Amino acid sequence: MSLLEIRNLSVEFETAHGLFRAVDSVDLEIDQGEMAAIVGESGSGKSVSMLALMGLLPWTARITADRMNFDGQDLLTISQKERRKIIGKDISMIFQEPMTSLNPCFTVGYQIMEVIKEHLGGTKKELEARAVELLGLVGIPAPESRLRAFPHQMSGGMNQRVMIAMMIACNPRLLIADEPTTALDVTIQAQILELLQDLQHKRGMALVLITHDMGVVAETAEVVNVQYAGQQVERQNVVDLFARPQHPYTHALLSALPERATGKRLPSIPGVVPGLLDRPTGCLFNPRCQFATDKCRSTPPALHSKVLCHYPLVDGKPTNNHPGVSSQGSSGQEALGGNV
Amino acid sequence: MIRFILTKLGLLIPTFLGVTLVAFSFIRMLPGDPVELLAGERGVSPERHAELMATLGFDKPLWEQYFSFLVGILHGDLGTSFSSKQPVLEEFFVRFPATIELATCAIIFAALIGLPAGIVAAVKRGSAFDHTLMGISLTGYSMPIFWWGLLLIILFSSPDMLNLTPVSGRISALFWVDTQTGFMLIDSLLSDEKGAFKSAAAHLVLPTIVLGTIPMAIIARQTRSAMLEILGEDYVRTAKAKGLSPFRIVGIHALRNALITVITVIGLQVGVLLAGAILTETIFSWPGIGKWMIDSISRRDYFAVQGGIVLIASIVMLVNLLVDFMYGLINPRILHRRS
Ligand SMILES: Nc1ncnc2c1ncn2[C@@H]1O[C@H](COP(=O)(O)OP(=O)(O)OP(=O)(O)O)[C@@H](O)[C@H]1O
Ligand SMILES: [Mg+2]
Repeated sequence: MSLLEIRNLSVEFETAHGLFRAVDSVDLEIDQGEMAAIVGESGSGKSVSMLALMGLLPWTARITADRMNFDGQDLLTISQKERRKIIGKDISMIFQEPMTSLNPCFTVGYQIMEVIKEHLGGTKKELEARAVELLGLVGIPAPESRLRAFPHQMSGGMNQRVMIAMMIACNPRLLIADEPTTALDVTIQAQILELLQDLQHKRGMALVLITHDMGVVAETAEVVNVQYAGQQVERQNVVDLFARPQHPYTHALLSALPERATGKRLPSIPGVVPGLLDRPTGCLFNPRCQFATDKCRSTPPALHSKVLCHYPLVDGKPTNNHPGVSSQGSSGQEALGGNV
Repeated sequence: MIRFILTKLGLLIPTFLGVTLVAFSFIRMLPGDPVELLAGERGVSPERHAELMATLGFDKPLWEQYFSFLVGILHGDLGTSFSSKQPVLEEFFVRFPATIELATCAIIFAALIGLPAGIVAAVKRGSAFDHTLMGISLTGYSMPIFWWGLLLIILFSSPDMLNLTPVSGRISALFWVDTQTGFMLIDSLLSDEKGAFKSAAAHLVLPTIVLGTIPMAIIARQTRSAMLEILGEDYVRTAKAKGLSPFRIVGIHALRNALITVITVIGLQVGVLLAGAILTETIFSWPGIGKWMIDSISRRDYFAVQGGIVLIASIVMLVNLLVDFMYGLINPRILHRRS
């Protein structure tokens, strides 16, 4: 039995313009000690899906799912109180913005000790010793003196380390890292990722890494979920995904990797993820897809052996009787075509 | 921090000068003068009038009078009230404890109700409680104090209605309490008289509610809006992600940040309180500086009025300065700026 099993998770927000489906039928499964990645561009619902799992969405969110099991417990049916015993202890989450995610009015030490006290208890001395140990573990120099520091007295990288220390304090079995390095310098990014991987190996945690960086995925993950506009468009293990991407979006994301670029210009996928007001009919990716047909523009695709596409790619070519690359294909054809 | 203090102090000087000018001219703009009012119905001959005005020094040009007022302030001398023949400063400080007592009770009452109400409204945003509270506080905010005071008196004190609380003064005339601290609640406890404290407390109830209503409404609204903003912050989400109880999330993580704003708001109510005290004390015959100011104005007691206004304004300015420092103390981001 997997540690975490999510089936058909959807999240809708009530907005001034009506309901907005930020997450649409997403599945996620992860085993003890496994590392999964969720990739996708900004606005594809990566954060929202994991915040739904944590129960951290605002009241405007409506969450539905067929299943949301963690370690045999159904998170959908347990009470808020029981859920709080799991959140922060067995499942914890690191956020994108280290500078604003720590409380400015409390010291680093207080914020770390607080979570241990809440879930495991202990005397003040024990808590302090544990906090120092954790700060050392995440690579903060002179941890004793850092206990009394406030978040604004430290750099973003240091704050993110504090955040990690806080979130692994109760030995979670599942850690969700939501773009933990996006707000940091490139050199610090690598250090933090290394730290997370290291912790994951040593402690046998399951790790869900949210990122929009395919390069990071290649280096770290075992299983990859590709999300687009709230939908899960492809799910594969990392080797297969890189060797044989089946969804045109995954294909485009991979082509946009600098290593794979042949020309001088760094390719990117033209267009943006549709929001509330510009949702296309049919397949949500069709306006940006170089293989889009009339069928794609009118009928939403069904899940095709883990790929959400009418014409899954094989060796970069659409199958399933694709009528051939249409001439009105997207303007992305040129940017993408050059690298195939 | 020292630089911060000096800048603030530097800003006070022009404000203070402005206040003295307003205080000086305000009372002289009112029709009538002290001699006329003293003479009353009988009237006074023009020669005698001029003579009396000259003995009080009111025959000199205005700029000279203003200048000697300023010089007096520098020497800590605000002149002598000509109705009581006592120094204005002394008159003021005899009455000041009564006003402080009332204002303190009012602000405690306002914070005790306004703060929790604002927090609950923010947490339950959009609920019936929220809407009701915001409605009530809007009413409270625009409540005419005089009307509100009379309404409460009719309701709680009139013999035909509830007949619960006394309506005037600080303590029942049955008790004789020596003035030691000037605060009736404390003095009555120190005295041997039985029931004196109870009487003093009962006398405080209605004035406290009347004076506390507007600050309560302001505190509730400001607490609510500060909390609403903070509840959406990333660090509140982090607190939730730690599996903390709602009490810790709201009462510790969010409130601590909201207090930075709310303490400032509470501090800034001092001006509102002193202004409100003038009316409240008049309604309840509360022998504080508010009532004294009204009496002095009606007697055209120039020195008492200008001195009183300057003193009240100075207190408000001082408290606002204190609030600024408190803000620095409670907010670590300002406290540690030098490090
Ligand atoms: N509280 C909310 N109310 C309404 N819409 C929301 C809310 N939170 C998120 N959304 C919308 O949901 C969509 C998905 O957002 P989400 O934050 O999950 O994206 P993401 O994939 O994490 O992107 P990023 O890489 O920028 O973090 C976005 O269009 C966003 O505007
Ligand atoms: Mg995100």
